[in-house]
Amino acid sequence: MARTRRAKILEHEYVPEHRVLSMEEAVELLRRLGVKPWQLPKISVNDPVAKALRAKPGDIIEIVRRSPTGGRAVYYRFVTAYGKA
Amino acid sequence: MPTTSRVPSFKEADVIEKIVFGVLNPNEVRMLAKVTVVRGELYEADGTPVTGGLRDPHFGAIEPGERCPVCGNTREMCPGHFGKIELPKPVFIPHYTDYLYKLLQATCRVCGRITLPEEKIRRYREIYRRLRAKWPQLAKVFSERVIAEAAQATSCPHCGNPQYKIIYVKPFHFYERRGSEGDVRLSPEDVLERVSRTQSEIEILGFHPERARPEWMITRVLIVPPLSVRPSITLETGLRSEDDLTHALAEIVRQAEKLRNIMVTNAPQTMIEDNAYVLQELVAGYIDNELPGARRLTHRRKRLLKTLAQRLKGKEGRLRGNLSGKRVNFSARTVISPDPNISINEVGVPVEIAKTLVVPMKVTPYNIEEARRYVINGPDRWPGAVYVYKASEGRKYNLKYANREELAKSLQPGDVVERHLINGDIVLFNRQPSLHRMSIMGHIVRVMPGKTFRLNLLVCPPYNADFDGDEMNLHVPQLEEAMAEARELMLVEKHILTPRYGGPIIGGRQDYVSGGYILTVKTSFYTRDEVSQILAATGYDGELPEPAVLKPGPYWTGKQIASLFFPDDLIFKGKSKTNAGDLSCPDEFCFHDSYIVVRHGRLLEGVLDKKAIGAEEPGNILHMIALEYGSDAARRLLDSLYRAFIRILELRGLTMSIHDIDLPEKARRQVEDLIVKYKERVYELYRQYEEGRLEPIPGRTLEETLEIRIMDTLDELRKEVQSIAANYLDPYNDVFIMARTGARGSEVNISQMAAMLGQQSVRGKRITRGFRNRPLPHFKPNDIEPEAWGFIKGSFREGLSPAEVFFHAAAGREGLVDTAVKTSQSGYMQRRLINALQDLFVYYDGTVRDSWGNVVQFKYGEDGVDPMRTYHGKAVDVDRLIERARALRAKSGKTA
Repeated sequence: MARTRRAKILEHEYVPEHRVLSMEEAVELLRRLGVKPWQLPKISVNDPVAKALRAKPGDIIEIVRRSPTGGRAVYYRFVTAYGKA
Repeated sequence: MPTTSRVPSFKEADVIEKIVFGVLNPNEVRMLAKVTVVRGELYEADGTPVTGGLRDPHFGAIEPGERCPVCGNTREMCPGHFGKIELPKPVFIPHYTDYLYKLLQATCRVCGRITLPEEKIRRYREIYRRLRAKWPQLAKVFSERVIAEAAQATSCPHCGNPQYKIIYVKPFHFYERRGSEGDVRLSPEDVLERVSRTQSEIEILGFHPERARPEWMITRVLIVPPLSVRPSITLETGLRSEDDLTHALAEIVRQAEKLRNIMVTNAPQTMIEDNAYVLQELVAGYIDNELPGARRLTHRRKRLLKTLAQRLKGKEGRLRGNLSGKRVNFSARTVISPDPNISINEVGVPVEIAKTLVVPMKVTPYNIEEARRYVINGPDRWPGAVYVYKASEGRKYNLKYANREELAKSLQPGDVVERHLINGDIVLFNRQPSLHRMSIMGHIVRVMPGKTFRLNLLVCPPYNADFDGDEMNLHVPQLEEAMAEARELMLVEKHILTPRYGGPIIGGRQDYVSGGYILTVKTSFYTRDEVSQILAATGYDGELPEPAVLKPGPYWTGKQIASLFFPDDLIFKGKSKTNAGDLSCPDEFCFHDSYIVVRHGRLLEGVLDKKAIGAEEPGNILHMIALEYGSDAARRLLDSLYRAFIRILELRGLTMSIHDIDLPEKARRQVEDLIVKYKERVYELYRQYEEGRLEPIPGRTLEETLEIRIMDTLDELRKEVQSIAANYLDPYNDVFIMARTGARGSEVNISQMAAMLGQQSVRGKRITRGFRNRPLPHFKPNDIEPEAWGFIKGSFREGLSPAEVFFHAAAGREGLVDTAVKTSQSGYMQRRLINALQDLFVYYDGTVRDSWGNVVQFKYGEDGVDPMRTYHGKAVDVDRLIERARALRAKSGKTA
């Protein structure tokens, strides 16, 4: 029951596309931006989307949003262990 | 000189590497102090400072000529020295008590360990250190959690002793809840003893083991700042008035002395405690005189003393008043007035101000003659100079007193002449509130007679300036680098386009708009004489074009004149402001001349009104010129063509009289009939309501529905009256021209002047407040006549009845209140936004980051586009590109 509910939020129209980056992609992203992981915006592991993706602290989630100015806007968030459960 | 103990951490350094914040260590205070204050009096009977008093000379030299007994310097060089007051009993330092409370809760009352098992302490310490390194904010939250957990312990896991609940009563009382024994008070000594037993593990709780020891938060010694921090002032009467800090400290010294005496005479314990508490309150007041729950220190029972915290806090405090908001030299402020004959990037500066503000000018072989002229003119004759710095002598001469002829002769390359402000200098010009970057722009100086700053009317929009008494500030950059920066980045023409939405913020308003229309309407033809007059105003010095009309004589059109100032290959297409209502047409096949077409830099069709030349009109002609031909071309257009708009009004005149809003008898009768007709509809609504036939609007009561329906009806009436007024008035009278071109006023305003004011409203409702069941005693209670509730059938032309005047004033007041409330609210919101966003930065890779390098946006604005270089938000305007390419090809085809 719980599992089916989790899977569904990613399909919702108002939830932009989320994806956990692979290790190689993550390293490449950090190298490209020249930042340490914690300099990225954060997302809690307890965030419903992070749960649905089964993301672990230390993962980087890629979010592709539709933007009124940019059309397609790519954001990244670093998964942290903190935040309200 | 006596040897003085030096505290290593306080040594002077040339370069500040870092600043460490921490709690002041009492031992450091003892080492630092050059004098111990033991006496409450300030001066002996003969007026000399008391040794061991608060004005002891060891606090540092402060009088002219005085030598400091500590460092041997005079007051120019003496840095001032600290002293101390030894207190007979320890006192809490205010604001630290919260931390002590947490510490007492989380540690054992006997052994001083954190009341958690050894294993947990180890683990938490590890977590805390890791958190601190990466997320200091989270580390604080973590500490709070640990404290909450440790406070739960009923016995110490280390020594086994029972733990009691700690009660903290603000500001300075700690109690221990010992069950059957009741609440036992913990004196500052008790607390000091307990916190001294804690170990370095308390770093988990947020205490830095070296810089913020808890035992330093309770002190037996108070640091006394040097005299330069609390200078006394001598009044004209010769009486001395001491600084508030000195007064506060004197009270502390006296109370400490009193307490010490009581303690040696073995007085009752309660008396000692009471006096110790008085001392505690005095020390608290000295540090922060606005502590809730503590006594206030006052000046003879009246004025509050301004103590340490009060010096720093608030808008006038050291931080917001002196550090964020500093006052500057090389600046001037005066009233502004308009001058349409100077360039938009110039500012008229009064001679008096030009002679006060100075610019350093380095003497070189190329400007030495010029420099000599300035020196000879001296400080009082413009253009002159005020100071001369002779490099060979390394000293500065004030030209008010020097022999100027001789100095001028001895001038050499390398010297510096501080000369007056002269024409061509760059200055920064500013009007508050500085809400956007166009509020401070670079202007070129133009020295003029008079006492006001002069500015071109076209730069009023960015500053939001008018001339009803506005004042503006002017700043003179002093360094070559600053001047170059101002010229390259801040000059007015670099800010014609706003970075907010990419449109032009500078442009014509009011007379410029109606002038543009009048110059370019189809009906305007000008003789050679008139054309010459108009072109003279613009500074045009080319040939006259072929006249558009040869018979009955040579006549030029206004469109020809305007075209002279456009770049040769400019193309433009767009509706003008007059393209509305009966005069609207969707494309260039327009018989009303309301669709603008410019090809090959020639205005072929359409009138230049607000949409073409106005300020804050994205996509207008000025916008395209600024984007495609550069800011200098845009400035030249503003400095030439726009002057023609003003000149045409000077030649033709633009004014209004009461007859511009005269309605013919027929129209007036129509309006009256309409009013009768619509009032009948209102009565019908009342009838429906009373007979219960009125259908309520979903979600509204019957009464609300009635009210809304009435208002809709009256609004319809207003619209109909408006169209009558618009139809019957001459569209070419000056008032109507102003409304149609967007220069000033609207059709609504005109119909209110000519025909009917219509319904007045407060908060979107008809006016109901005032008396019981009626707004004014002129009407029956619960009147059904619309006139009783703020409907005005009179016009400004006909005049208003007393009741109508009242309703109109009530509605007018609402607007004033709204603006007053809105400005303060949006001002505060803006302040908070600026503080939050001020150090965000767009990096070269297009990301937006804060000053720590944290990424805020992965691409600026999500598209990486600078709005200032866009076609109103779009990076590329494909249609326009095609148009331009076509025009280019057509032209080259012709020449080839």
